[in-house]
Amino acid sequence: MSEIKSHNCEVCPVHNIGHLKKLGINMSDFNFVVALAGNPNTGKSTVFNNLTGLRQHTGNWPGKTVTRAEGGFEYNDYKFKLVDLPGTYSLLSTSTDEEVARNFILFGQPDVTVIVVDSTRLERNLNLVIQILEITDHAVICLNMIDEAKRYQIKIDERSLSKELGVPVIPAAARQGEGMDELLKAIHDVATGSYICKPHRIKKISSELNIAVEKLSEKIIEEFPNLQNVRWVALRLLEGDQSIIDAIRSGELESIKPGIAESIKQEPVLE
Amino acid sequence: MNKESINRREAILSAANNLRWEIGENFHDKLMESIYANASNISGKAVTAPGKKTRFSWERNLDRLLTSKYLGFPVMFLILGIVFWLTVEGANVPSGLLASLLIDTLQPVLKGFSLSIGLPVWLAGVLIDGAYLAMAWVISVMLPPMAIFFPLFTLLEDLGYLPRVSFNMDSVYRKVGAHGKQALTMAMGFGCNAAGVIAARVIDSPRERLIAIITNNFSLCNGRWPTQILIATIFIGSAVPAYLAGIVSAAAVVFVAILGILFSLVVSWGLSKSVLKGEASAFSLELPPYRPPQIMRTLYTSLIDRTIFVLWRAIIFAIPAGVVIWLVGNVTIGGETIALFFSSRVDPLAVIFGLNGIIFLAYIIAIPANEIVIPTILMLTVMNLGLIDVGEGAGVMFELDSTVATADILFAGGWTLLTGINLMMFSLLHNPCSTTIYTIYRETKSIKWTVVATFLPIVMGLVVTFFVAQIWRLAAGN
Repeated sequence: MSEIKSHNCEVCPVHNIGHLKKLGINMSDFNFVVALAGNPNTGKSTVFNNLTGLRQHTGNWPGKTVTRAEGGFEYNDYKFKLVDLPGTYSLLSTSTDEEVARNFILFGQPDVTVIVVDSTRLERNLNLVIQILEITDHAVICLNMIDEAKRYQIKIDERSLSKELGVPVIPAAARQGEGMDELLKAIHDVATGSYICKPHRIKKISSELNIAVEKLSEKIIEEFPNLQNVRWVALRLLEGDQSIIDAIRSGELESIKPGIAESIKQEPVLE
Repeated sequence: MNKESINRREAILSAANNLRWEIGENFHDKLMESIYANASNISGKAVTAPGKKTRFSWERNLDRLLTSKYLGFPVMFLILGIVFWLTVEGANVPSGLLASLLIDTLQPVLKGFSLSIGLPVWLAGVLIDGAYLAMAWVISVMLPPMAIFFPLFTLLEDLGYLPRVSFNMDSVYRKVGAHGKQALTMAMGFGCNAAGVIAARVIDSPRERLIAIITNNFSLCNGRWPTQILIATIFIGSAVPAYLAGIVSAAAVVFVAILGILFSLVVSWGLSKSVLKGEASAFSLELPPYRPPQIMRTLYTSLIDRTIFVLWRAIIFAIPAGVVIWLVGNVTIGGETIALFFSSRVDPLAVIFGLNGIIFLAYIIAIPANEIVIPTILMLTVMNLGLIDVGEGAGVMFELDSTVATADILFAGGWTLLTGINLMMFSLLHNPCSTTIYTIYRETKSIKWTVVATFLPIVMGLVVTFFVAQIWRLAAGN
């Protein structure tokens, strides 16, 4: 009986929680960088604490995290550096805390971006998800607060959501620690390339806009062949985003890539 | 960088400019529209919500009460009042225990020990009577209230009450041209102004963020609550019949706190009408669902992350300050100690403001940490009067066992009800502590605004105490 049980355990992803090693602030020699993004007050810091074993202060109000916090964990012999970003409603605005998130996802080039969403407010949260999927190819959606959604009798078909968005969707209740093992596995699979994302791209953009984006993208890629998020950079240029204009002029657009992780340094938090 | 690549980059930018004209001006709106349409489409496919609107019903009712037009503020003051009352009442006993352990018992032992191993008297004085006593005082005065206040505040935070406070205050702050989220930073300031200044990062517009940073000092911080409570008990409490003393002195503290909020509104208004002109920007604030707080985790994180952190900071600053206090109390200039030399010369000026030279000197010494203002004042008063038999001798910071003894010293030092009231005012309106000043500089990166944030409250404090003193004396007829 007990043998059967242990065999069942091994094939179940939950078993892998045994392979999680919380590394706290020990982040040396990491293999992958994972960013935690999402709307304000969706529980990013709670997920962060669950995975790293750190005690980043959490609170039930939007805008609590104003700086980046970093921590590490080890899973299946890979070391991950986890970066908790301030919550943001959109990547198109420019307040100080939202810029931290935007710059990191855009220029920090995380290996995986985990987008934490509030299951009870999915439609609104999807606006940010769609924007992030526009600029990264490697993402995982964490459908957090799924317990609250159940309480309000909201049913979410995570498989059809995953199909629509082209990335793994993991239901979770981070405050109770539920779904963290499945989330770990999804992060691992996306980071190692065993799950290939086919991220959703914005549809129904007018054709003239599409043509403009294409034209501009071609020109940009000529000058910056290693740039990953060309479409998004083109969109921002069309909108006249000054920080992108400056980055093109100075050539920083590409060269910041490796250095940016250092330049968007975490500031010491006084709390 | 060569010329060619500069040209190529400029070509990209000018191409972008031309294309921008082609696609038309409302491109941003179009893009947002398609993002919203995509989101709605996807969630429509994946989400099944209940047909009936049964959800959120009790939460709506609670929100109606907490953010009600008429009851919102009274309920807010009531909740904050209960938190402060629990803090004041609960902190009394452990404070006394810690003081008797660290100061009455341990200090003489340490002093005796350091002399017995042959330390020079002056060194033993600097180390034990200065540095150690300052640290012991800060621990016994600050640790108990913080260990009660921070967990209670964190529970409220976990529950989801703070966004409701922000919602209530939004209309008021907006009327004075500031950002509604300033209510959040103000609430953080009640714990620690440095934390409140950092929290101002949630405010998008630089103009409104500056206003929030400059006015955060008007939130009474942890270091100032003990001063307010002690002085209110001695001077306000004793001015009314005994059976009312507790409630009246507690009410006086709440009054000063509310006065601080009013000052923050007035200054915000003044700034947004003069040097920081502009319209209040709109923002959307989600009222998150109420969540049952995780009590054990809250206790743990608030104790470790906040209480110990703030306490550690206070100790770091109290130790050198203790050394300075011992020195000004023992080093002499022409037969007078530095303390006496300074306070006797500043006294005539200070009296105009209904204060005295000792209070001014104490505030200069206590710039690093507000917590040590009261012990410094007591020590200096004792020295001035030559009351060597009270406390532990000249130049020693000490804690008195009862507020009666503290009152006796202050009355003997010539203090009146006016001095008490004006000290409470000046404690509310004076420069931020050095940590907060440094944090303001780090956040604003501007010497100009750091100077404004530092000196504006002092000027206001002097103006307020001046008028209180003049009116008081007119009313008293002398």
